[in-house]
Order: sequence, then C-alpha cells, then structure tokens
Amino acid sequence: METDDRLTDALAHDLDAAFDVLVVAHQDRLYTIALRMLGDARDAEEAAQDALVRAYRALASYDPERIRELRLRGWLTTIVLNRCRSVGARRTARGPKPISIDGDAARPATEPEAPTATTPPEVAERHAERDRWAARLAALPAAYRTAIVLRHVDGMSYPEAAAALGRPEGTVKAQVHRGIAQLRTMLEAEGRREPEEMTA
Amino acid sequence: MTMPLDATATEATALADLASAAPPTLRESVLVEVGLVDRYDRADSPLGPLVVAWNGRGMSAVDIAADDGAFEARHLATTGRRAIPGELPGRLATAIARRLEGDRRARIALDLRGHSPFEQDVWRKALEIPRGEVRPYGWVAAEIGRPKAVRAVGTALGHNPVPLIVPCHRVVRSDGTIGQYSLGGPSNKRTILSAEGLDPGAMEDAARRGERLVGCASTHIVCWPTCRTGRHMLERNRRPFRSLAEAGAAGYRPCKVCRPVAAVA
Repeated sequence: METDDRLTDALAHDLDAAFDVLVVAHQDRLYTIALRMLGDARDAEEAAQDALVRAYRALASYDPERIRELRLRGWLTTIVLNRCRSVGARRTARGPKPISIDGDAARPATEPEAPTATTPPEVAERHAERDRWAARLAALPAAYRTAIVLRHVDGMSYPEAAAALGRPEGTVKAQVHRGIAQLRTMLEAEGRREPEEMTA
Repeated sequence: MTMPLDATATEATALADLASAAPPTLRESVLVEVGLVDRYDRADSPLGPLVVAWNGRGMSAVDIAADDGAFEARHLATTGRRAIPGELPGRLATAIARRLEGDRRARIALDLRGHSPFEQDVWRKALEIPRGEVRPYGWVAAEIGRPKAVRAVGTALGHNPVPLIVPCHRVVRSDGTIGQYSLGGPSNKRTILSAEGLDPGAMEDAARRGERLVGCASTHIVCWPTCRTGRHMLERNRRPFRSLAEAGAAGYRPCKVCRPVAAVA
C-alpha cells in the first residue's frame, strides 16, 4: 500500500514524530480485528492498545532499513492477533462470560453505537442485522473466524492474510470457504426458527 | 442452485459492515503509554497543590499548580509534548505521598529524556540526600567527579523537572545560606525544609558564625551539620569548624556517611 510505504519511510526517519500517524491510520482496523476476535469492547481496546504499544517498542529497536522493509498492515495484524490470544487466554482463565447469540446482553458492550429510542426503524434494523452477523461470526471456530475477519471484515487480499497468519494461502482460502459455509448453515437454521417465534 | 465457495456480494457487504471505529480513548492511551503525550493531575504537598505529569515511561514534571492552559503551554515548551488532563494512578499517588514523607524505598520511575547526562548525574546524586539533611552544591559537584562545576550543579538543580521528588531543595549554597529554589523561590525552600524537620533560620545563623562543619569530640569525626550520624551527639562534644582543613588540623577525620569535602571558592 502506497500510504504505508510513505509511513514506513517517515517512521524510519523519525519514529516519535510519525508514530501518531500510524496510530490514526491503523487504530480502527486493529480495534475491529480485536473486537471481532474477542467479542468484547473492553478486551478489544486492551488488545489494540497493547498491540500498538508493542509495535512502537519494536520499531524503536529496529534500524531504519528494517523499518522501511516492513509490510505495516500485515505486521500490525500479526501483533494484534497475538495480543488477542493473550487477552482471550486471560479471560478464559477468569472464567467464560455468557455469550448471547441473540445479542441482547452483549450489545451494549460490543456495539457502542447501539440504537436509542429516537433511532429511525431502518437504522435500528441495520444495527440489529449487524449484531446478528457479529453473533454468527463469534460462533465460528477460531481459525475460520480469523480468516474471515482478515479477508472480509478487514478486506485483506489472500496473500496478505496468509502472510499475516503465517499460513499457506490455500489453507487460508479453505478456512474462509468453510467459515462461509458454516455461516450459511446458521442463516438457514435461523430462517427455519423464525416463523415459529412469530406465532409464539 | 449451487452457492459459490467464497462469500457472495451480500455476505461480503454484511461482513465488511462489521468494521468498527476505535473508541476515542485508544489513541491517547497508546501515545501516553509510549511516552509521546503526557497526562497531568493535581497532588497535595507541603507547598500546597502541585501539578504532576507522567507517561508510560515515568513521572515527567512537578510544577506549582497553575491554571490548566498555563501548565499545558509550559509543558509543551519544556518537553515538546502535549499534556492532557488525567487521573493520577493510585500507585503513583501512594508512591509520591511516601516519597514526600521521606520513604526512599517508594520507587517512582522518572522520564528524564532530553536532559544531559550531567544533569541526570546531579539529580541522581540529590536523590541520595536523606530527608531532614542538606548538602552544599560543592558536595554534589565533588561526588559526581566534577569538583569545579559548582555553578553548573546549581543550574542543573534549577532545571530539575521533578522538584520535591528529586529533592533539589536539600542542596544549599556552600556558604551555608539556603540558596535559590526553582519551585516558587527560596521561601518555598524554607517551607519544605522546615516540613522535613530542619530549622532553616538556625542553619543560616550557624553559617553566619562561620560554622560549616561539626565535629564530635568523643569520636573525632567531622560531618556536615545535618548528617544523621551526628544527631545523637552530646552538646558538650559538639565542635564547630570553619573548614575541613581546620578540622583536619585538630585531628578530626571526615565522616564516611556524609563525606564532607573542602569548600570550593
């Protein structure tokens, strides 16, 4: 990416002056990856913050040549996924928190822009649809979820996602395909359940 | 109908829509943690409310409480970093309180980037002076191996970004007078030394009489007047001296704890 090339040049030249630009350019996508991997806004903020701090410390220890050669997008992604594993492991150690597939209990924490009473119905429906997709994604096995988050939520190419995950491209493709297939199965199951709920 | 293996356009749109904006606190937290932006808050001290600034590397400033705008402008000018209001972390607040009470085991990381090795040597040496004691500028200069740099020591202490925590108030003029103080002037220096159990007026009176050092007639050891080893000296054993040479001629050896040095003119 051209903007990342300019950014790595700036970071190599003066890390302290350019680091804020990196934060602004990558914070939303790193937060998004963490949020979709962990399913909790506070855990996601912690993982994204940790990742950016570790990135700074790593950059501070690299010589300029090494910084110029970095593929920033993939490199930062690898770091945030590692942080997600640590934060996730710590949370598991604390004990699992209830995951609500219906999204009600989880929504205030996962979606800061939750609709209010004055929200027009079509916006509320869009939020509800988004929550349903988030819940489906959260229900996928971690390997499929990771591959789909990088490919379809973050919008990486397969070669980029494969490099960030350290897996062969074919493996990542297969994981995306299997994840999509499982999402479709979930959608079908929801479709079968809905009429019953309507008459209840 | 066969479905494609990869996401359909509808599915791809729904998944791309799961992108979220980072909370506004994320950017600031990262910049503070790596030390590119500082936070500041108020803290109590014997001199009244102070402003304390810090970042992920350590405490970076202690200043007389001014209005926020004035402090932020001064901080930017001296450090090159923005200062934003924050809440003093509990652990740091406790460590500051313990330090001000004289507990030198309370560890406070300091962010002294941008200051010269000489300045940092001077401040590190000032940190060794215990609460309730003072040393002259010349002692600091001698201890850091720059015996002639007395004036530069004074300047470095005046540039101390974290007064009270690095106790530059415990360094006084070689003639025994209190000397300058960066945190609001000499009267504040008297206040803080009094709060630490010293009597600045009596110290200056003794200095005016020419008493630079105090010897103990029973041990024949000579100390700086506030050295803790001399605290339990009987009044009848107390022998004031004008100089280390005078004490030496009388058969007294310098204390190994407070290490008095000859005054530099």
